Amino acid sequence: MVRADKKKNTFMSETTNGSTAKNDNQSIIRIEDLKRDFIVGSETVHALRGVTFNINKGEFVAIMGTSGSGKSTMLNILGCLDKPTSGHYYIDGVDAAVCSKDQLAEIRNKKIGFVFQSYNLLPRTTSIEQVELPLLYNSNISAKERRERAEHALELVGMANRANHTPNQMSGGQQQRIAIARAIVNDPVILLADEATGNLDTRTSYEIMSLFQKLNSQGVTIGFVTHEPDIALFTKRQVMLRDGKMMKDNLVDTQSAQAALEALPASSDY
Amino acid sequence: MNLSNLLKVAWDAILRNKTRTLLTILGVVIGIASVIAMVSIGQSSSQSITNQVSSMGTNMIMVMRANQRRGGVSMGADNSQSLTISDAEKIKREAKYISYVSPLVSAGGQIVNGNNNAIGTLQGGSVDLLKIRKFDLAAGSNFTEDDVARYSKVCVIGQTVIKNIFPDDTLNIANVVGKDIKFKGIPLKIIGVLEAKGSNSMGQDQDDIMIAPYTTVQKRFIGNDYLQMIYCSASSEEVAEDAVTEVALLLRENHKLLDHQFDDFEVRTQAEMLSMMNSMTGTLTTLLAAIASISLIVGGIGIMNIMYVTVTERTKEIGLRMAIGARGKDILLQFLIESAILSLIGGVIGIILGLILSYVGTSLMGMPFVVSYTAIGVSFVVCAATGVFFGWYPAKKAANMDPITALRYE
Repeated sequence: MVRADKKKNTFMSETTNGSTAKNDNQSIIRIEDLKRDFIVGSETVHALRGVTFNINKGEFVAIMGTSGSGKSTMLNILGCLDKPTSGHYYIDGVDAAVCSKDQLAEIRNKKIGFVFQSYNLLPRTTSIEQVELPLLYNSNISAKERRERAEHALELVGMANRANHTPNQMSGGQQQRIAIARAIVNDPVILLADEATGNLDTRTSYEIMSLFQKLNSQGVTIGFVTHEPDIALFTKRQVMLRDGKMMKDNLVDTQSAQAALEALPASSDY
Repeated sequence: MNLSNLLKVAWDAILRNKTRTLLTILGVVIGIASVIAMVSIGQSSSQSITNQVSSMGTNMIMVMRANQRRGGVSMGADNSQSLTISDAEKIKREAKYISYVSPLVSAGGQIVNGNNNAIGTLQGGSVDLLKIRKFDLAAGSNFTEDDVARYSKVCVIGQTVIKNIFPDDTLNIANVVGKDIKFKGIPLKIIGVLEAKGSNSMGQDQDDIMIAPYTTVQKRFIGNDYLQMIYCSASSEEVAEDAVTEVALLLRENHKLLDHQFDDFEVRTQAEMLSMMNSMTGTLTTLLAAIASISLIVGGIGIMNIMYVTVTERTKEIGLRMAIGARGKDILLQFLIESAILSLIGGVIGIILGLILSYVGTSLMGMPFVVSYTAIGVSFVVCAATGVFFGWYPAKKAANMDPITALRYE
């Protein structure tokens, strides 16, 4: 894989734009005039109409927008599942827009962690195996290292005691924690969450957000796609998309999910 | 993704779906088991025929009468009088590749011992007949050259004859040696009893036999000098072909046949009979195997069907695997390996089951149990190939999925 680390700093300063609240040499994701068109029948749908922004190391960015705003398309491109029609997408110095399918798979394997709304855990598979899964696709990691890293990831999400449980033995919140452990086990450049709290009740949502905040404080960069403004309040920065364009990009007065959790009325306990 | 990881992923997926795994391999098990059982049973029957034919003596050459023409009129083979004792003597004297010669004449009639009687055939031969036909004596002795010269009223009998006319002596056959029986009213002394041989591949009872000197049969029962057949024994199996040519030449010479005249005799070997029998059982085995392979194909289609359903059912899993870094190639290999493992497990179980079935089948039919290594080898290769072949299309479908669509699939 092409590494452009050396070039990154100089290149970065040239393309600095004012849209990011915090802009330094730490940008691990740079998006330049990103466009994505879909051809549906005879019509062309412009899902993204030229979006530019950076994400720096250690950020916790909420990507917001209503349905049809292009946020899912944005997530797919950020996650290297899709390629832009035009524009550039640099992740960790590599332009993913010009990568082959196999190269994209390798980027996903080594630099990206996904957390989905519906957890997407494998049925009848123990937690430790779920978490080991991304490392299986990396030939450089031995079975022993795989197991150790999976155990460590489970500890980070507080699920070390559920290592041998299968998804049907766990609550939604617990399953999502396993999914988060799976997403961070490869030590990704960015953790991408797609409506990660969408299937959870308020209390569990707050617990998960608290976990994200904890991981973020430990240095994990997070891109968090959501349409819920109250969840976005737990992030550090909001990027708002509408009709394929950037609406606003601003810092958030971050709230502590832990505090919100404690503030919940006891009656909502079950 | 390296091979050991691929195997782990495929194996985990197989273990996660035990019912599906069982159902899938069941088809292959039945297919492979039936192929193995059918081929094994087919080969067992062919083996048992070979055993029986060679127990009659693989070196044996039979000279038969053939159609004889007298003044342009076809006389038919059965009435042919073309073989005489001088033919047998000439072969014995001059043939280099022949070790034993025996004429054969026979007479049918009633065998009587006291109140017991049976219908049988008395065969007449020389002292070498037993050696040529590979009969051993269980008791008593064979007749001698002297008996042949003096048309002695002696005979050697098979165990079925004993069963029929000496019902009390079946357990102690040596008792009958020295006793007199009557054949067509003429008394014959039993001087020997043959070892039991059982029935031959045609279902003919080889123990229902009485043998006497050919002179006795000719002079006392038939009243003519013609022979029905001449049995010869080639000195070894290798020279059997040469022996056939030699015998034919000697007989043409003895019969003073001109170059343009056809043989008035026919020379046959056991090897010819064997190859005829084998081609029959071979056809049967092929037919059985062909029918059984249909079930193997059905098993293969079963794998394809299940894998196809599996791919659809596991779309979300495929999407997830792609999202966490699986390449199309990894997914393709995972599903191919899964179907290959399924069919190989099915194959191994099928081979074991097939062997058990053929063992039970052959022992029920009283045939020798033959393990067909070819059938095992071929089925093993076929089922691995089945797994890959029928797994390919579903696996390709999985590998070509778009990860975004697959992830959102419900």
